[in-house]
Amino acid sequence: MSRLVVDWGRCDGHGLCGVLLPELVDLDDWGFPVVGVDVPDDLHPAAKTAVRSCPALALRLHS
Amino acid sequence: MTTLTAGRLLAPAPHWSDHITRHGLLPSLTAAQLLDAADAVDVGGRGGGGFPLSRKLRAAAEHGRGTVIGNCAEGEPASHKDDALLDATPHLVIDGLLLAARATNARRVVLAAHEGTAARRLRSALGQRDDVGRVEVLELPHRYVAGEASALVRALNGGPSLPQQRRAPLATGRRPHLVQNAETLACLALLARGHRVDTSLVTMGGAVVQPGVLEVGGGTTVREAVRQAGGYLEPVQAMLVGGYFGRWLAADLALDAPLTLEGMRAVGGSLGAGIVLALPSSACGLAATAEVLRYLADQSARQCGPCLNGLPAMASALERLAAGDPPPDVAAQLERWADLVRGRGACAHPDGAAALLTSALQVFATDVEQHLTRPCGRPAGRWLEVPR
Ligand code: SF4
Ligand code: SF4
Repeated sequence: MSRLVVDWGRCDGHGLCGVLLPELVDLDDWGFPVVGVDVPDDLHPAAKTAVRSCPALALRLHS
Repeated sequence: MTTLTAGRLLAPAPHWSDHITRHGLLPSLTAAQLLDAADAVDVGGRGGGGFPLSRKLRAAAEHGRGTVIGNCAEGEPASHKDDALLDATPHLVIDGLLLAARATNARRVVLAAHEGTAARRLRSALGQRDDVGRVEVLELPHRYVAGEASALVRALNGGPSLPQQRRAPLATGRRPHLVQNAETLACLALLARGHRVDTSLVTMGGAVVQPGVLEVGGGTTVREAVRQAGGYLEPVQAMLVGGYFGRWLAADLALDAPLTLEGMRAVGGSLGAGIVLALPSSACGLAATAEVLRYLADQSARQCGPCLNGLPAMASALERLAAGDPPPDVAAQLERWADLVRGRGACAHPDGAAALLTSALQVFATDVEQHLTRPCGRPAGRWLEVPR
């Protein structure tokens, strides 16, 4: 099981991850992602896409 | 700030010659012996993290050839213990640094201090002895998070004095960076000389007759610390224990708790960098907390979204509540924001602010109710020493 992790020093809060992966990423009051739940296997490909798409290279998958 | 009681840690030996008379030369233990000496006693880190010294030393020793940083820039305005320590006995801290460097076979040895007086004082102490080799002094801006371990490492490597996300007790970098608080280093210097270290430094402030720094034994309660500070100036309602990153406790709950990590945890407090601030009944706990929160919000390194946005939001809402003009559903909103910022920054700054806020909402719950309709008229006071 892997988890999504945000590097807060990099994340610029445009919220793309929340759009690409609404099942796992909520956006907070200011547009920054709330992550931390385990990524189930069936969402793993989508999570990887979100990680690759993050413009700030702030989103990571940790196993 | 006055030193109120001094044991072995704070025993005055400001000059190198005083130090030699009192403590003697640096003990000639090998790296392995030093690690064993540190193992023998569970000295938790005294910078607020409480992480055991021996584990950090061993981890750094395993890598070897890293950097050892003595952190004399804890940054919390309400803590005066590092100042008191460097005033009384700078060479004990330097000894500890040199020993930590030896124990871990460090390549680079650094003392970090705030620019100005603190850095000057360290340079002059270093100049008094001829066993310090290439100890560097790293000068830091007077910003709260500049003394955070990963921020120190970045500054040392030519980067900004800003925290960087990390997961291990050793701050990151290609080589290990061992960051150790000044008091912990002084403890190591005593351990290496075969002494027991069963005291710690506490800053007692707020509405006490004589605010100052105490060296207390393990079983010392808050009540005893208050007594040593000359007692209360006026009736006290609550204590902020652990400083700005700490928690509020009702005064009668705090008084009988021992000033140890476990003692404070048992009553829902925290020891932090060893700070106890007494808030008198004549002050408004909500207004006082709002001042600290605003300060913490202003001190945010402004690099992480939840911290950058959440802390000012919490500060503003609490200010409005303190003024008797709260936004809708203020208590629930504040709790929600506290939850939202927790764990979502590159450093623990937002977690500290969240803990402070939630403890205030509990301890001053009656005040929260009352302020929903009108302010209490009491001032925040200057008890918490928030810089303006
Ligand atoms: S896509 Fe990347 S930068 Fe944008 S909000 Fe998500 S983690 Fe932050
Ligand atoms: S969490 Fe806050 S204080 Fe810490 S690095 Fe991020 S913005 Fe700075």
